[in-house]
Amino acid sequence: MTAIAAPRFLQSTVGKKVVMAVTGIILFGFTIVHMLGNLQIYLGPAKFNAYAHFLKSVPSLLWGTRAILFISVLLHVVTAVQLTALAGAARPRAYSFRRWRSASYASRTMMLSGPLLALFVVYHLLHFTTGQAHPHFIKQDAYWNFVTGFKVVWTAVAYVVCMLALGLHLIHGAYSASQSLGLRTARTAPVFKLVAYAITIVLVAANISMPIAVQAGVIKLHVPTEVPPVVVGVR
Amino acid sequence: MNIKLHVWRQKNGADAGKIVDYDAPDISPDMSFLEMLDVVNERLITKGEDPIAFDHDCREGICGMCGMMINGTPHGPRKATTACQLHMRSFKDGDEIWIEPWRASAFPVVKDLVVNRGAFDRIIAAGGFVSVPAGSPPDGNAIPVPKMNADLAMDAAACIGCGACVAACPNGSAMLFTSAKVAHLARLPQGQPERDTRALRMVNQMDAEGFGGCTNVGECEAACPKEITLENIALMNRDYIKATAVYRKERAGGD
Repeated sequence: MTAIAAPRFLQSTVGKKVVMAVTGIILFGFTIVHMLGNLQIYLGPAKFNAYAHFLKSVPSLLWGTRAILFISVLLHVVTAVQLTALAGAARPRAYSFRRWRSASYASRTMMLSGPLLALFVVYHLLHFTTGQAHPHFIKQDAYWNFVTGFKVVWTAVAYVVCMLALGLHLIHGAYSASQSLGLRTARTAPVFKLVAYAITIVLVAANISMPIAVQAGVIKLHVPTEVPPVVVGVR
Repeated sequence: MNIKLHVWRQKNGADAGKIVDYDAPDISPDMSFLEMLDVVNERLITKGEDPIAFDHDCREGICGMCGMMINGTPHGPRKATTACQLHMRSFKDGDEIWIEPWRASAFPVVKDLVVNRGAFDRIIAAGGFVSVPAGSPPDGNAIPVPKMNADLAMDAAACIGCGACVAACPNGSAMLFTSAKVAHLARLPQGQPERDTRALRMVNQMDAEGFGGCTNVGECEAACPKEITLENIALMNRDYIKATAVYRKERAGGD
């Protein structure tokens, strides 16, 4: 046998899947922390704004976290595009007649839910972080931004739809990560499946509850310390 | 029973190919799917037309030669059944049946439903073997093999290399096939000395052949006539990751 060349891990289909899994797990972990933090909206403006302030209190931690998330998203997207291109090249001609036997809807629509989530992240950042996409944005008042943001019906609907897409993406992705990392065995598979499904369902339900609670009037607007002019016309 | 067929006809690799419709009247429900095609072909030959080319050999479901997309699924609708073991009683009178070759750039069409699966042979040649001293047979049970490992190795070795996994996969991935071969040998003591290089070489070859990546959709497992499981792919991923981590350049004196 000839000597074997050094493995080019990131060029291999197995290595690319590992990149998808590792970055996916980082982003999955972020969505869990994000959801837990946001649930404090139910505790009122003082608690929520204190939490928002705390997040920004240590710049190095804030920007460190943002850097890790940005790199994860970048690698996740680039690798997904590469794998899709490989898949397209592997089957240049589609079947005239195709019937799926077991592939779930979620698994077949990862390249639809994924790009939708990427667009959502951009909108979400412009909406609640930088404020350009927010009609009544006030810096330093996250609670005000949250409630006035979700008072807009189409925004609330868009968030609910995007969270359902997130659910689809995670229900396949979170469990698949265990397979891509080679952790799945007959014994561990049900555990990974249960954990992935349970966390995804709780995550989506909790996230969806927030815009709905604003629309339903469960989460109400507080009187801001300083009433800004933009408040006119906002119910 | 009377059947209407929509069959992929393609003269050779360079031909564009197209779906051609055929009526197949008076088909016995006791015929196998390939026997039905034999009957259709005899009628075509009688009429002076070119018969439909398809691969087949043992017709016992163990050789892996036959295989075609039947109504959008490899080997047809029955679970754990090769096309040759599929019978016309699985269909109804008046049914329309779509028949296409495996579609993958790594499996170029030779003619009609026949594809070249040489890519699989090259993946096997890359590492799907064990190096043993040939000569007189070793004593039975000289090498202890745990019963469970023997069973799991046998399950993986059941792969007949038909290519249904590639055909079923939305990404045209060959991971179920490759992982079955990796797992078969990785489960046995005889496979250990070459375990790391096997994973590296076979995955390298699989990628070089132009197969896609795995997205854990599970269509391959559902389509496999030999019920090879996705667990094998996890094992191959595990072996490949480990082999990458422990890889060292060979020292002088190595071959």
